[in-house]
Amino acid sequence: MTEHSDIDHVSGTSTTGHQWDGIKELNTPLPRWWVITFYLTIVWAIGYWIVYPAWPLLWSHTTGIWNYSTRADVATELANLEKIRGDKMVALGNASLEEIEKNPALLALARARGKTVFGDNCAPCHGSGGAGAKGYPNLNDDEWLWGGSLDQIMQTIQFGARSGHSKAHEGAMLAFGKDGILKKDEIVTVANYVRSLSGLPTAAGYNAAAGAKLFADNCVACHGDNGKGNQELGAPNLTDKIWLYGSDEATLIETISNGRAGVMPAWVGRLDPSTIKALTVYVHSLGGGK
Amino acid sequence: MNKTVNPTDLELDDNAPLYAARKKVYPQSVSGTFRRTKWGLMAFCLGVYYLLPFVRWNRGLGAPDQAVLVDLPNSRFYFFFIELWPQEVYYFTGLLIVAALTLFLMNAVGGRIWCGYLCPQTVWTDLFYAVERLIEGDRRERMRKDAAKGTMKLERFAEMLLKHSIWLMIAWWTGGAWVLYFNDAPTLVKQLITFQAPMIAYIWIGILTATTYIFAGWMREQVCVYMCPWPRIQAALTDEWALNVTYKYDRGEARTSLKKANELRALGQPVGDCVDCYQCVAVCPTGIDIRNGSQLDCIQCGLCIDACDTVMTKIGRPTRLIGYDNDINIHRRQEGKPPIYRIVRPRTITYAALIAAVGAIMLYAMLTRTLLDINVLHDRNPVAVKLSDGSIRNAYTVRFLNKRGFDRAIAIDVDGPVNATLHIVGADSVTQDRPVIILARDTTTELRILVTAPAENNPEKSVPVNFRVTDIGLGEVASATDHFVSP
Ligand code: SF4
Ligand code: SF4
Repeated sequence: MTEHSDIDHVSGTSTTGHQWDGIKELNTPLPRWWVITFYLTIVWAIGYWIVYPAWPLLWSHTTGIWNYSTRADVATELANLEKIRGDKMVALGNASLEEIEKNPALLALARARGKTVFGDNCAPCHGSGGAGAKGYPNLNDDEWLWGGSLDQIMQTIQFGARSGHSKAHEGAMLAFGKDGILKKDEIVTVANYVRSLSGLPTAAGYNAAAGAKLFADNCVACHGDNGKGNQELGAPNLTDKIWLYGSDEATLIETISNGRAGVMPAWVGRLDPSTIKALTVYVHSLGGGK
Repeated sequence: MNKTVNPTDLELDDNAPLYAARKKVYPQSVSGTFRRTKWGLMAFCLGVYYLLPFVRWNRGLGAPDQAVLVDLPNSRFYFFFIELWPQEVYYFTGLLIVAALTLFLMNAVGGRIWCGYLCPQTVWTDLFYAVERLIEGDRRERMRKDAAKGTMKLERFAEMLLKHSIWLMIAWWTGGAWVLYFNDAPTLVKQLITFQAPMIAYIWIGILTATTYIFAGWMREQVCVYMCPWPRIQAALTDEWALNVTYKYDRGEARTSLKKANELRALGQPVGDCVDCYQCVAVCPTGIDIRNGSQLDCIQCGLCIDACDTVMTKIGRPTRLIGYDNDINIHRRQEGKPPIYRIVRPRTITYAALIAAVGAIMLYAMLTRTLLDINVLHDRNPVAVKLSDGSIRNAYTVRFLNKRGFDRAIAIDVDGPVNATLHIVGADSVTQDRPVIILARDTTTELRILVTAPAENNPEKSVPVNFRVTDIGLGEVASATDHFVSP
């Protein structure tokens, strides 16, 4: 402590002793309430450390005397949400699928609920907007392996296809090559015939009559006389422009040689009935529903 | 006056206090032009604030009839004939820009006049001072009473109790008026009285009561000096032409007592007009001496002008020894030149032009605001779907906004690919080949619209598609354009 002090002549205030370009820094003390507020914030912070989880320890952290946890908060809020939704979901469960589609409020709810459930459960295979992928049907178009009416869609969602559930859709494309039913050149011929069914160009020198005969002998059982398919068996329509695995010659040869048996899981038991209803309405309203 | 100090000669003042106790300010009552202006503006501001929620505005059946209402549950904001939706919050951005620019303009013209006349802190503090003066007396009396704290009598205690009760009542009423902007005022008043108002209303009244009481009753000028950011910003924005409350030292100095001044004047010797009576200091609500030059603590309230004018009139000298002026003019007068005032200069022109421009944009947006609106969102995944017959379909999520206070039937038209067909998931009815839906009043409706281009007309690539809605009754039209794409 020195006895000296430098007082600014103009203001009569003492200075800190710093000066820049001849401008002196005045030592203007803080107001007392300001300082008290500052100390209070420190006390507050210490209280905070004690009450709430705050300090990281080596392997965990201090939990605070209130045992506060954001996870618990989220759980409570989710439970509350379910409670709020409860009534509406019950209404959804009680209405028939047709009624839901006719009632704007229920339709909006079903579409909203269906969309989230779809995102959580169906998007991995069918894509977030139901656009599908090779081997996974596009749910926006109007070709349905197992039928596109509300009831048929619900049936498929509930029990799946080749899912192992007793009520699941069964029936698979045979492996005509692997199982030795058709010879290699016959497979090429029938593949070109199938392409011709939907108006696609065929390979040069391909024998159309032979193709028609091979198709009649081997394929009509499932795909029908004129290749229009059969939804009972999940046999796709071969005359339209939509191809689940691809329409080029090589892909068709592979399909005929090795067969196809994609699996759709059964959702009954995993999703509650009203959620399945919402999902059905959502998928139906994507645009392809019949 | 400033002498340069050699840095090596400087000594640290280690005995300076770390903090300072508040010096209580006892502003004296004063009368004059600026005081009258302040009373007028206070009456106006408080009147608007307390009474506005009770003003009615007819908006038709079912719509709130409160002229100014912030309807949080329904996300609507009503201001007389204006009704704003959440989609239109940019109006508030415009409003904030205009407010900031107006503050800048005021500052360029007259310094911190906002602070001195219109700032809520000033208005309520002024009101609280008026109450204090009424109950406890003027400056000297209050100082005497505070000094005699140790020997408090019952009378003094009753006085203080009365003052704080009135302060609290004003504060409480301030909080009460605040919540009335968020709900139908007469209904809420009834609920508040019968203790049936929502909890949140009581909480807000509590918060506003506490802040008003503490800020206007206890903190007063400290809010302006230590807490408010505006003086700091203002100091950086101001220039030498701004008219600030200024002590004209060219006229005032050298100051001396009235008696001495008269003697000197009789002898024909030069003498200043300031008689060092300290009236300007006594009336100042921030407790400063304006004769030290313009300073951060001055809120430009002009009360010192009134005080000094009174003195000048009494001693028979010209008024406005203190007045709205600037340093340039002081120097000009010292050099014998007439003072000049430049309100119109690049800075003020720029601010005014910006205010006009933003205002015009807002007005234009307001006048062309549609009451029927449509937003279109194209499906992203998949963007296009090929159907079994080879036709292409695109799906859109379309949101309709009906901002009118009644339900209305609207028809939907889509111009896109040649011969495209339209399907609406959940459409109400179809007339004359085009879908018609009912939009409930004052709501948004979301629909899924599927547009299909037949196989023979498959567009090569992306073509524009225009969605148009027409109010069947009123003929009002809104449209939005998106694209129709092929896979
Ligand atoms: S110096 Fe004058 S104008 Fe500034 S705050 Fe004090 S009384 Fe008001
Ligand atoms: S009121 Fe006027 S005369 Fe009195 S001290 Fe202030 S400036 Fe000087």
